[in-house]
Amino acid sequence: MMERLKKPSILNKKINKDKIRKVLKGSREKDGLIKQIIVYALLVCIGFIYLYPILNMISSSFMNLEDLLDTSIKWIPSSLYLDNYKKAALNMDYLNSFVQSIIVAGVPTVINVIVCSFVGYGFARFNFRGKKLLMAILIFSYIIPPQITMMPTYVLYADLKLVGSLWSFVLPALLGQGINAPIFILIFYQFFRQIPKVLIEASQIDGAGYFKSFRRIALPSAIPAIITVFLFSFVWYWNESYLTQLYVNGVFGNGSWTTLIVELKKFDSGYNPQLAMVVDGAAQSNNESIRMAAIMLSILPVLIMYFVLQRYFVESIDRTGITGE
Amino acid sequence: MSKKAKVKKVKLGKLEKREARYGYLFILPWFIGVLVFLLIPLVQSFQFSLADIRMTPFGRLITFVGHENYTQIWLEDKDFPVMLVSYFLETLLSVPIIVVFALIIAMLLNGRIKFKGAFRLIFFLPVIIVSGPVMLMLTGQGATTINTMNVQAINSALNQFLPQYIAKSISEVFGNMVTILWYSGVQILIFLSALQKIDASLYEAAKMDGGSEWECFWKITLPTIKSMILLNAVYTVIATSNNESNPIINIIQNAMFAGNKGYGYASAMAWMYSVAETLIIGIVALVLVTKRDAYDKQVKKVKKDRVKQNRAIKRARRRGRRNDGKIKKALNSK
Repeated sequence: MMERLKKPSILNKKINKDKIRKVLKGSREKDGLIKQIIVYALLVCIGFIYLYPILNMISSSFMNLEDLLDTSIKWIPSSLYLDNYKKAALNMDYLNSFVQSIIVAGVPTVINVIVCSFVGYGFARFNFRGKKLLMAILIFSYIIPPQITMMPTYVLYADLKLVGSLWSFVLPALLGQGINAPIFILIFYQFFRQIPKVLIEASQIDGAGYFKSFRRIALPSAIPAIITVFLFSFVWYWNESYLTQLYVNGVFGNGSWTTLIVELKKFDSGYNPQLAMVVDGAAQSNNESIRMAAIMLSILPVLIMYFVLQRYFVESIDRTGITGE
Repeated sequence: MSKKAKVKKVKLGKLEKREARYGYLFILPWFIGVLVFLLIPLVQSFQFSLADIRMTPFGRLITFVGHENYTQIWLEDKDFPVMLVSYFLETLLSVPIIVVFALIIAMLLNGRIKFKGAFRLIFFLPVIIVSGPVMLMLTGQGATTINTMNVQAINSALNQFLPQYIAKSISEVFGNMVTILWYSGVQILIFLSALQKIDASLYEAAKMDGGSEWECFWKITLPTIKSMILLNAVYTVIATSNNESNPIINIIQNAMFAGNKGYGYASAMAWMYSVAETLIIGIVALVLVTKRDAYDKQVKKVKKDRVKQNRAIKRARRRGRRNDGKIKKALNSK
């Protein structure tokens, strides 16, 4: 640039024009300003649409009743009003449901990781007859909607008296049929295929059995996959309410287990009138703010987990290897 | 052909046999799971759908009723058929929207962008927090409709030109734009990682030959990620179908425990629902399945011709041999 400025002044005007054009339209190395502006504007707009419900939820969860009714207040509440959270937490029996949620999501997740890694290793390491057919069944089992097998499974659990206990989640997980287990098996399959076979054979020459070489060689090298599967499995179990309510919570609420999401689902029906606010002598039912606070409380744990461990979530897709080598 | 047959004839070695055994051992838990939780329930649920199941104090009372459940649903149920049709239309509409939208975002993110990580974080966020009740509650409170996005004009225009049930589905898609976008988190990441794997030298070569970015997109980007588009479309269908904010699956669950309906009725519903879902996946696959390119086609044609020729030669030889035998016989008898 300095060299150009030193050039005779007659050319200066033209050079300036060129420069402006270069900045606006871009060169080979750098995108032009116009394109950059458009791209960023689009991204920011779409990002706003994405975050809109969440921002809306956060802002209105802090509003008291006056703020809620006041049309001039849209985003920023007049004061930091925490009563909504207190009421929602009381209604959801927060501490209790929180601990139970962690158990309900955590136990099947740990089992899922163990079993899926085991099965994935079996598919990746060994050759046997019918492997292709079995892989096809694996994918098929992901495609069919769970509603179709729901009734017989429920009958099975009812016969075994497992409805309303954690076993109804643990048992399928033990047999590699937990929530979204086919995806996890495929992730492990992809990962274990990348481990050089020589490494495992070397360990076997040194006297390790098949299980030992799996535990000592294959598993430690698959730690990224384990983290990915663990996180996703946890989040999916956490967010599952349809099956949780049916199997673990019991349809009639007679099970001993509950989760935050299930509590959220029952939020309106379960609202305790004693906690309802009294306005002008009439009991108000749940208002919008309390509901928003309840949603916030129920997703807060996974939200924190997401922001702390974001790297593992976002990079997970690359790890699955579905996009090819 | 003959080579393959020969390979199969070779017996497995001791080590290979043992390895195969261990392979079965490793996938055994999963296989038992498939039997217990997939194949047997599948058969059972089909049986259920053809039966009337009553809960009595002495246990379940199962009576075979044939196709009665199905006819009852179509003729007497006032919700389910309507829901099924609107589910079908809405899914068919929202799948292309989600996929195209995900592709656009992925392309935007694929450039030289600052804060790429932050944007990726935002677009993937819904995958983490979305669940049925959260979604239902947010929509119930109107948090997912952006007031500034006024779609009234579009709706009234649609109502004029299209039959009502199609217009209704379309306007519902517009009304739930945020919800639809929220389901594209995974797809964005899949597209993004596919785009990053395209060889940059391809674009350079195209630019050398004077190709614009527009042409590059249609001639290089799209053909390369075509299989990913199919994958994403199928994933979208599955994700939106098994999602709890989908009213149909709640109807099925409610029917399970309703006194006048029961397991049989609900099974029949579930079967019809799955057929509808499979149909959608079939349509999507039919539209998007990659066609073989011209070179592959020719190679296949040549191979086919060769096989045909070989067969003809063999036939001729066989006939020749048979004829030889006949001639010999004829000669002997003489």
